[in-house]
Amino acid sequence: MLGRRLATLLLAATVLGAAVPASAQIKIGVTISTTGPAASLGTPQRNSIALLPTEIAGQKVEYIVLDDGSDTTRAVANARKLIDENNVDALIGSSTTPASLAMIDVAAEKKVPMISLAASSRLIEPMDAQRKWVFKTPQNDSLMADAIADHMAKAGVKTVGFIGFNDAYGDGWLAETQRALAAKGIQLVATERYARNDTSVTGQVLKLMQARPDAVLIAASGTPAALPQKTLHERGYTGKYYQTHGVANADFLRVGGRDVEGTVLPTGPVLVADQLPDTNVIKPVALEYVRRYEAANGPGSVATFGAHAYDAAILLQAAIPVALKKAKPGTPEFRSALRDALEGLSETVLTHGVSNMTPTDHNGFDQRARVMVTIKDGAWKLLP
Amino acid sequence: MDADIALILLQDGIVNGSIYALLALSLVLVFAVTRVIFIPQGEFVAYGALTYAALQEGRLPGSVWLLCGLGAAAALAGLVQQRHFLRAPAVLRLLAETLALPGAVLLAALWMAPRKLGVLPDALLTLAIVTPMAPYLYRLAFQPLAEASVLTLLIAAVGVHLALLGLGLVFFGPEGYRAVGFSDARVAVGPLVIPGQAFWIVGSTVALMAALYAFFGFTLAGKALRATAVNRLGARLVGIATSLSGRIAFVLAGGIGALSGVLIAPLTTVYYDSGFLIGLKGFVAAIIGGLVSYPAAALAAVLVGCVESFSSFYVSAFKEVIVFTVIIPVLLWRSLRSTGADEHE
Repeated sequence: MLGRRLATLLLAATVLGAAVPASAQIKIGVTISTTGPAASLGTPQRNSIALLPTEIAGQKVEYIVLDDGSDTTRAVANARKLIDENNVDALIGSSTTPASLAMIDVAAEKKVPMISLAASSRLIEPMDAQRKWVFKTPQNDSLMADAIADHMAKAGVKTVGFIGFNDAYGDGWLAETQRALAAKGIQLVATERYARNDTSVTGQVLKLMQARPDAVLIAASGTPAALPQKTLHERGYTGKYYQTHGVANADFLRVGGRDVEGTVLPTGPVLVADQLPDTNVIKPVALEYVRRYEAANGPGSVATFGAHAYDAAILLQAAIPVALKKAKPGTPEFRSALRDALEGLSETVLTHGVSNMTPTDHNGFDQRARVMVTIKDGAWKLLP
Repeated sequence: MDADIALILLQDGIVNGSIYALLALSLVLVFAVTRVIFIPQGEFVAYGALTYAALQEGRLPGSVWLLCGLGAAAALAGLVQQRHFLRAPAVLRLLAETLALPGAVLLAALWMAPRKLGVLPDALLTLAIVTPMAPYLYRLAFQPLAEASVLTLLIAAVGVHLALLGLGLVFFGPEGYRAVGFSDARVAVGPLVIPGQAFWIVGSTVALMAALYAFFGFTLAGKALRATAVNRLGARLVGIATSLSGRIAFVLAGGIGALSGVLIAPLTTVYYDSGFLIGLKGFVAAIIGGLVSYPAAALAAVLVGCVESFSSFYVSAFKEVIVFTVIIPVLLWRSLRSTGADEHE
């Protein structure tokens, strides 16, 4: 029904477009997970897409947003549909690593640049002929894992217990944590896994506590990350708590309550934009995003996940004028030029950091893209 | 592993097992009376928990509007089903059931939600909001198919499950909520520290089982349900309205689901899609009980809870695998024992 109406509209648009060739416009296809298990990532991303500019370098920009229901198959189908039926110039999405990984084949086959909003570095590493078309805005896990290991070493932590999701997120973090901790000479003494929907993690927590680690790292995303910490608290664990940047939204604070006070985690600077020093170049960009997002969605509603979508648009805004000099939107030449332009971006200030793309690094973030924060009095506080 | 840890795990298993036991009971009940394998049972748990959490925060839960919508749909469906013999008393009863009741609940919720009256009124209001959805769903989806095969009913149940899952996302949003428990008290027994909520859960389960036992053993409605379960045709011949039995079974199932949600909300964070897995574990227990035996299902549920808690200690990565694998030897054993005749109706 909706699809047919959309098709009619598109047909009308094509006819109009053919009649008036001067009004060439840029089309951006977006497929994100606004329903399903990753809905808490996809929802703020969809809200952020609504904030994006409708005109770049004098060209009208149209965003076609589809929901993939956190489902890999649907993400791929959406990507094909956006490219084949809507003839998009670039893809944004998807919200999760598995869905984005599957979309790489489509993007590479059709030669359309794609900016993923998922975290795993496997999306852009190792760089090959396919991944050439893929960029991503969230920080690599490795950057964040190094930050945690750094902080642990400084805090005098010698032994660490790990409890993470029983999925790709937990797997990725476990591998990165093992590497980062080994580099700092910190011992990983216990590794436990749990599922997002578990109602109890007592067994895992008891096992962790038997190993008596100085600190516990919880590698989970969103509000389910609060469960192990609450259980550890209940069982009287007194060591330090570390979380990952997957928890950086207000709902985690709401669900975690008193039990997550004092937790340390790495995150993008946008989470604590107002606490950044004024000399930080990221501050004005991040503050602008927070202001606009909260004006549209209510105070306190901003989440770092939505900012990744906004960052993808900033990258496109910077790259599109360069590509426009070479070709017209809607053509394969334009898409190829857009890819080259994205790869050539340097010192682009995003809400999550400063990006310097290179042919081998399609994320481009450095140390400036992460800050350490703690939770104090139910709010995020920047650690020096 | 020492005795202390074993005790803690056992306690955890029993508490979780009690919730599974409640769900297993209601699955057995619904199946026995209506032959519907009630897959959406888990959604009622999630709805109950999320409604309860919203009321505690002083917000009007979205499920109230869902209740009104379902009520209106059930009213329409009822009128269409009865279109050939519309009589005033029957129509009035139908409208009271499907329009007046949600209206009253809506007014109560509008009045109570901002006042934060405390855990008990909130829990009761939650039951009032979520429970009637079940009989409405029965009217909408299952009553027209009452004579269909078990497989058709199962497919309808899966459809209802998927619909409720989507509606849950619309009405509650993607984020999870956690509620405050009935009791913050903690009782130390040797090495164990038992939270007050655990007593509430186990206590409610036992009380509810006793109440169900009394209901089936000593009341006319309960006996009618049992008669329908034993033989639908026979029950109709002696004047029992089987569609009414179906509705009563669904009211009980909805109520048990909502209560499980209220009980579990303080223990864990509940999402709009959390219910399915919880319901599925209740289902495993119900299957072990052969979908007919209440005591076997309840015991199996506690077993499932304990298997879950011990396997999460030893091999947390394979916990779900182990829990759901338990079903295979049971099915093998049952199919070797059964003569195979009772499956075909």
